Amino acid sequence: MSVGHGTMAATKQRPRMGRVAAWGFMTLIILVSLFPFYWAIRTAFSTNSALFTSGQSLLPIQPTTINVEKVLGLEPITAGGATFDFTTVLTNSVVVATVITIGQVIFSAMAAYAFARLEWPGRDAVFLVFLAGLMIPPIFTLIPNFVLIRNLGWLNTLPGIIAPFFLMTPFAVFFLRQFFLGINRSLEEAALIDGAGHFRTFFRIILPISSGPMFTLAILTYITAWNEFLWPLVVGREREVHVFTVALSFFTSQQPGIAPDWAGLMSGTMIAALPILVLFALTARKVVDSIQFSGIK
Amino acid sequence: MAAAVAEPTRRKLGDLKVALIFLFPALVGFVVFYLVPAIRGVYISLTDWNLLANEGEFIGIENYQAVFEDPLFWNALKVTGVYVAINIGSQTILAMAIAVMMDRLTRSVTVRGIMLLPWLVPNVVVALLWLWLLDKNVGVVNTWLEFVGIEPIAFFGRPNWVMPTIAGINTWRHMGYTALLIFAGLKTIPGSLYEAAAVDGATETEMFRRITLPLLRPVLALVLVITVIGSFQVFDTVAVATGGFGGRPGGPINASRVIYLYIFENAFSRNKFGYAAALAVTLFALLLVVTIFQMRMLRAGESDLS
Repeated sequence: MSVGHGTMAATKQRPRMGRVAAWGFMTLIILVSLFPFYWAIRTAFSTNSALFTSGQSLLPIQPTTINVEKVLGLEPITAGGATFDFTTVLTNSVVVATVITIGQVIFSAMAAYAFARLEWPGRDAVFLVFLAGLMIPPIFTLIPNFVLIRNLGWLNTLPGIIAPFFLMTPFAVFFLRQFFLGINRSLEEAALIDGAGHFRTFFRIILPISSGPMFTLAILTYITAWNEFLWPLVVGREREVHVFTVALSFFTSQQPGIAPDWAGLMSGTMIAALPILVLFALTARKVVDSIQFSGIK
Repeated sequence: MAAAVAEPTRRKLGDLKVALIFLFPALVGFVVFYLVPAIRGVYISLTDWNLLANEGEFIGIENYQAVFEDPLFWNALKVTGVYVAINIGSQTILAMAIAVMMDRLTRSVTVRGIMLLPWLVPNVVVALLWLWLLDKNVGVVNTWLEFVGIEPIAFFGRPNWVMPTIAGINTWRHMGYTALLIFAGLKTIPGSLYEAAAVDGATETEMFRRITLPLLRPVLALVLVITVIGSFQVFDTVAVATGGFGGRPGGPINASRVIYLYIFENAFSRNKFGYAAALAVTLFALLLVVTIFQMRMLRAGESDLS
């Protein structure tokens, strides 16, 4: 029964046709999902000028690694070939995503513990207000947050890009609270009776038990932070603080309308996506499972 | 629910002191970056705040009156509406199909992982991939179209094509993710129901209509609420796909000037913070209405299973 329900009826009547058609559909979906990535890689390793003249071979045209080297800063850029400062952009993106992830996961876990396990007046009301935060469209708080960051003098600084996501997001608190509620209480109660305070209970019992969901949340947070575009576009326009998304969009808008550097663009595009793809390859099962978890609960 | 060691005096305030310490960082984050900005956003919408001057005077509901008389606002609403309709329609149907097939054929993490790939990479990356695939002159899709006898299409250059194209791109990006959400819902339907139906001689289509759809409804409703809210907020793909190569975001003319982009431009290109804030409040109100309407229509809170 590992294939799922309903197959019993199907196998009796028309065992082949339906399954073949279904697999055909799935294969098509998989191909459609993968092809754009493949095409970008194929383009990244082609000679740009040849792309305009030599048709649509499935393999790289006049294979070369020069586009990738240019984006990585290993090869000087010739006139007209705008790109981005790879080392700076990579450093910015990694710092932003890492700091956001560490802060958001730890502080949201602490808050989630207060909502799931501690007894205090007004707890459920405060939690509802937190949840309401999920409803607020980011553009709504974008303008006031921009004013705040500007008044703090944090425009075009990494702290300015990090700040709004560093201390919490309503989703992270919600996600972890949901999990903490499901933990068996007997362990912590035994610890509390033994005289361990809430801090020791939290750090010694709750956190180790929850390392799975915490890790999953960390991956999701990292990916979200890496992909964020609107906020860094608004507060991080200077080259020194460009993250990948912003750098790529500037790279694109600087390209000429006629005969743009597609090979270079695709190199930059794939390099910007690569860290996320590697991270995902290493943790696919957790990410895939967590989407079902957060979707249902 | 009471803590195991509750004493009568501790009872009233409970663990308030400890809770405050645990809550402190997140509370600061919430108040500073969500609560106060939300209130401040409403206040800014009642002023003529200019980005350069960094100050504004209270002008009451003038901005809102201007919003309702602004043809570009109505245009943005129309463009966004078209986008949401095409995107949600195609995405939900495809995701349903994928989820049902996945449920039948495979539990492979690799398959699910592959379908999640488009959702994982930045919107900016997605926009660029498709700009290249759909390029009028050297894009591979137009080469294929030519092969079957169709003239090359300027997918991003024609007013009639640009929004359906971007809607399609985001359907590509979200169909796997949405399918996983629906797939999770499918797994909650007891297999015994299908077995009983099969014994009664029900066909596949009948089972889908009589069992799958009704029992999936609460999950589907939740998925629709989430994806519709997200769809209304399309920005990144539009900004990059229409703003590339010296183009002006929102073009051709106003054909892709979605509501998010229009708010963004008012705030940061025209420096009209007050007006932009009024647009944002209007969008927020609109989203609330749409969500409540959907909840009612789909009876999202109830389950047919019990």
